[in-house]
Amino acid sequence: MHQDQKPPGTLRIGAGASYAGDRIEPAADLAHRGQLDYLVFETLAERTIALAQLERLKDPAKGFNALLGARLRAVWPAAVAAGTRIVSSMGAANPLGAARHAAAVAGELGLPGLSIAAVLGDDVLDYCRAHADELLLMESGQPLSSVAGQMVSANAYLGADAIVPALAQGADLVLTGRVADCSLFLAPMIHHYGWSWDDWALLGQGQVCADMLECGANVSGGFFADPGYKYVPNLGALGYPYVDIDSAGIGVIGKLAGTGGLISRATCSEQMLYEIHDPSAYVTPDVIVDFTSVSLTEIGPDRVRITGGRGRARPALLKVSVGLREGWIGEAEITYAGLGCVARARLAEEVVRQRLDLAGVQIAELRVDYIGINSLHGQASHPTGVDPYEVRLRFAGRCRERKDADLLVGEVETLVGKGPCASSLPRLYVREVIAIESVLIPRSAVSPQVVMFGGDRDG
Amino acid sequence: MAEFFLRELAHARAGDKGDTCNIGVIAYRPEWYPLLLEQVTVERVAKLFDALVKGPIRRYELPNVQAINLVMEQALGGGVTRSLSLDPHGKSYSALLLSLPMEVPPAVAAELLALGRSPCS
Repeated sequence: MHQDQKPPGTLRIGAGASYAGDRIEPAADLAHRGQLDYLVFETLAERTIALAQLERLKDPAKGFNALLGARLRAVWPAAVAAGTRIVSSMGAANPLGAARHAAAVAGELGLPGLSIAAVLGDDVLDYCRAHADELLLMESGQPLSSVAGQMVSANAYLGADAIVPALAQGADLVLTGRVADCSLFLAPMIHHYGWSWDDWALLGQGQVCADMLECGANVSGGFFADPGYKYVPNLGALGYPYVDIDSAGIGVIGKLAGTGGLISRATCSEQMLYEIHDPSAYVTPDVIVDFTSVSLTEIGPDRVRITGGRGRARPALLKVSVGLREGWIGEAEITYAGLGCVARARLAEEVVRQRLDLAGVQIAELRVDYIGINSLHGQASHPTGVDPYEVRLRFAGRCRERKDADLLVGEVETLVGKGPCASSLPRLYVREVIAIESVLIPRSAVSPQVVMFGGDRDG
Repeated sequence: MAEFFLRELAHARAGDKGDTCNIGVIAYRPEWYPLLLEQVTVERVAKLFDALVKGPIRRYELPNVQAINLVMEQALGGGVTRSLSLDPHGKSYSALLLSLPMEVPPAVAAELLALGRSPCS
């Protein structure tokens, strides 16, 4: 059988994105020649939806993924021709606005009669405000009320049960806000095969396969290559993965012939362990997943079979990401090069610290990095014993007020002309901090709903 | 016994949730997995990451894929979304972990040398 041919009796789900700004052309390739049943775009990191909420506050028509239109234009005509349905979290903070935009794009592309679903119900800001005294921040144990004044968003991680009704109503495109990443992939499996909502073993195995795809190209050779150790062919033309899944939840991960990248036991193992804690109890809204009996078998070039996933009853509580305004971060970087560069950078640090004291700049936490020496691992960095040829000095400070962040970067700016000799020009950045905390809420606090647009169903 | 970096025996990827970092460490060969179990201990990892990790570290074993999952709390500068670090997700922490020195028996050392690998200097 040709590598790309879908095995009979399987459902093929492709991963078209794993973050908001992901590449588009590999998704278009999947749409054009992947024989996909479903194409999934996962685009929400922890903070993405809080930033989208701020955008929406400024402009009520915005707050969904900025690449929605570009992605649909690249994949939709081919997807419609192949009978591929699309599921995506590109709705972000505004699934309704996203669905309206998608309907306009469908018109522009001359694709009439498509039906588009917006999945609502993840926004639980009102609930969290009303229950701020009893909800506890998961990491610190403090009540949510201690930071209630800073809250800008609160979104519950919905599960596959919020998406399947949209598929059952015939949606060609489903746009959600916050849902658990793997639930975007599990929903088409449940809908297609009619899996029971309490067949935990089956849902667990399905979710293991979904988990393989939720980070997109991370399973097909992305973020894997290490020259001399881990080789990935044609990394620049990385192909995005799909899963061929059967009615028992057994999946085979693959990618299109001719694309770059690699799918192997090693890439699948790294992806399986990515962002899990206890591997026997990975909590998703649909099922608690047990990875400890999973087997990964290479059955052909760039094809790995996934078996042995298990599951237990889904949790009673749903996780909520709460977005908080937390002040400002000022960052400034400047490079010194040549003989004595590290000594000059150290003097520059001294000068800036002295200036910040003199000016009384209010900084809650200041971090100073020597890029080239210790910027990523701090005191844990391995000393090399020799100075690098050049070093980039970086200051980052967290401030309550924007004016202090501005003052911090200003003191780095004036190093040129007033600090040690022979540096680059500095680069300065000031940004607002939207921090994310998590709380748990009862399932009864959310009521997901589907709003359909277009097609024959909306008149 | 000869010392080699963990990098010669295993590969790794780091992930983040809030202020918690996890690193999955996978043996390149099944027969090397016991070395990981024996020497990639919570105590040794805590020492290597002492300057970065403020909270407890837990270790989970996955013999089905010859892997260890290390979960480190208070490891990401207060959390991905508020960290001052250039690597707020701690994605580069996997590379730090792979610099852990490992004592390997002579037969494994001979295999590694045959692959062109060098011992820790």
